[in-house]
Amino acid sequence: MAQSHSGGLTRRRFFGAAAAASAGIAVATPVAEPIPATAEPISARPEVGSTVSVSCTVNGTAEQLTVDPRVTLLDALRERLNLTGTKKGCDRGQCGACTVHVNGRRVLSCLTLVATVDGQQVTTVEGLACCSALNPVQQAFIDNDGMQCGFCTSGQVMSAVALIREGHAGSAEEIREWMSGNICRCGCYSNIVDAVTQAAGKAV
Amino acid sequence: MRPYTYAAATTPSQAVGLAGSASAYLAGGTTLVDLMKLDVLGPSSVIDINALQLTGTTVDSAGLHIGALSRMSDVATDPNVTGAFPVLAQALEASASPQIRNMASIGGNLLQRTRCDYFRDVQTPCNKRQAGSGCPAQDGANRTHAILGTSTSCAATHPSDLAVALMALDAVLTVQGSSGTRQIALADFYQLPGSTPSIENTLKIGELITGVTVPPLAWATNSSYLKVRDRTSYEFALSSAAIAVQLSGTTITAARVAVGGVGTVPWRLPAVESALAGQTASIANFTSAAANAATGATTLSQNGYKVTLVQRVIVRALSELLGVTS
Repeated sequence: MAQSHSGGLTRRRFFGAAAAASAGIAVATPVAEPIPATAEPISARPEVGSTVSVSCTVNGTAEQLTVDPRVTLLDALRERLNLTGTKKGCDRGQCGACTVHVNGRRVLSCLTLVATVDGQQVTTVEGLACCSALNPVQQAFIDNDGMQCGFCTSGQVMSAVALIREGHAGSAEEIREWMSGNICRCGCYSNIVDAVTQAAGKAV
Repeated sequence: MRPYTYAAATTPSQAVGLAGSASAYLAGGTTLVDLMKLDVLGPSSVIDINALQLTGTTVDSAGLHIGALSRMSDVATDPNVTGAFPVLAQALEASASPQIRNMASIGGNLLQRTRCDYFRDVQTPCNKRQAGSGCPAQDGANRTHAILGTSTSCAATHPSDLAVALMALDAVLTVQGSSGTRQIALADFYQLPGSTPSIENTLKIGELITGVTVPPLAWATNSSYLKVRDRTSYEFALSSAAIAVQLSGTTITAARVAVGGVGTVPWRLPAVESALAGQTASIANFTSAAANAATGATTLSQNGYKVTLVQRVIVRALSELLGVTS
């Protein structure tokens, strides 16, 4: 569905105003541009167009990017490198769908500015399979039906690989705790725990 | 996100030299990038401090020193932390998610912003975000809000678990600014909202937290962190307690108690500590001491339950730490 920008009243702004009205909050005038927490006048802000250069390794391939400094690792992977296996769920660090590994550690690519991975090693779900064979975690998710819609799956898999390497797959309870940063709205948690349990102890 | 200039500093002095009134330091980014996307924060310059050599821990006669750029996950498993200060390790591992703990720095954790929905939604007023605009939480959705240290201008809780544990341990921050370094006791660092909720701490413009020092406390080996929340993991506290207890036989000779999820700042409870001192470890004595926890509390329409909850969290934390069931 195309997003409407007509009339200066976005869908979000409409709901915000409606919620305020229903809560009895006085809204004297329509809230115009939100004022940022900093006191810097808008006119003093840098122009859009400044860029930073980033050199990093993604799934073993050296990449060089020139990007706006606001670009996240998630957007760089998806929009610039066409690695769309990493998913944009909430884009606010709350769902885990964008989980990737940086220097072997699982992180949220939506809250990582790509400028900060200069010189780092990034691994995405596309980089897990080796030599035409799936990673044991990927195979275990298939074997245990650890997904329904599949949108969260690449993040779940990246977290599961890291969790097993970290040594946190000792029990179902431990797996649940250490997978808690990955939300599945379809509610496949039980099968996901089974999948991680199956892959635990294997070279992932 | 609004446009900003980006620069990566390599030393604290360089970072401080780049800083100004509208700049922001970037470490893990788990707060800053989130709030820039929401337009809650809009710095005109972002100074990446990840290359600064401020990681790791050391121990000397002044205590445990934690570099401000150490990541939460690394500190949580650091041998200098896990044995001597289990309350710190437990507070860290009860925080956020594994991915966020791999990213977030210790300094950033202490500076993270409240999760109050009104603060995070720029379509609504918020005195903390926009001074003088109002506080919808006073008559709105306030189930998760604070009961201690509140004002009619703000009742937002401080979200950090680590800060609660550090408060119980009398931690001291080292900060660097353009005129040199200074130390700030954590107890003096956070500011009550009063009529100026946008002022959250005593950092001056451009000052950078470079480290945290936890003074020696031998009996902190007997310490723990208990966090009660809406779901078992990956959630902020409704109420939490950081406790450390010195025992002589079954008598408590000294105690440290601080609570989270109920205060506008991490909340130390000296009245509970003194009520515990000299008492035999028993549920009855824990309950009696914990009754001092919510003295002076101000409740809103939906958060009155926290008055009882915070007391029960303290009692349960003491009970579990000391193995006392009667």
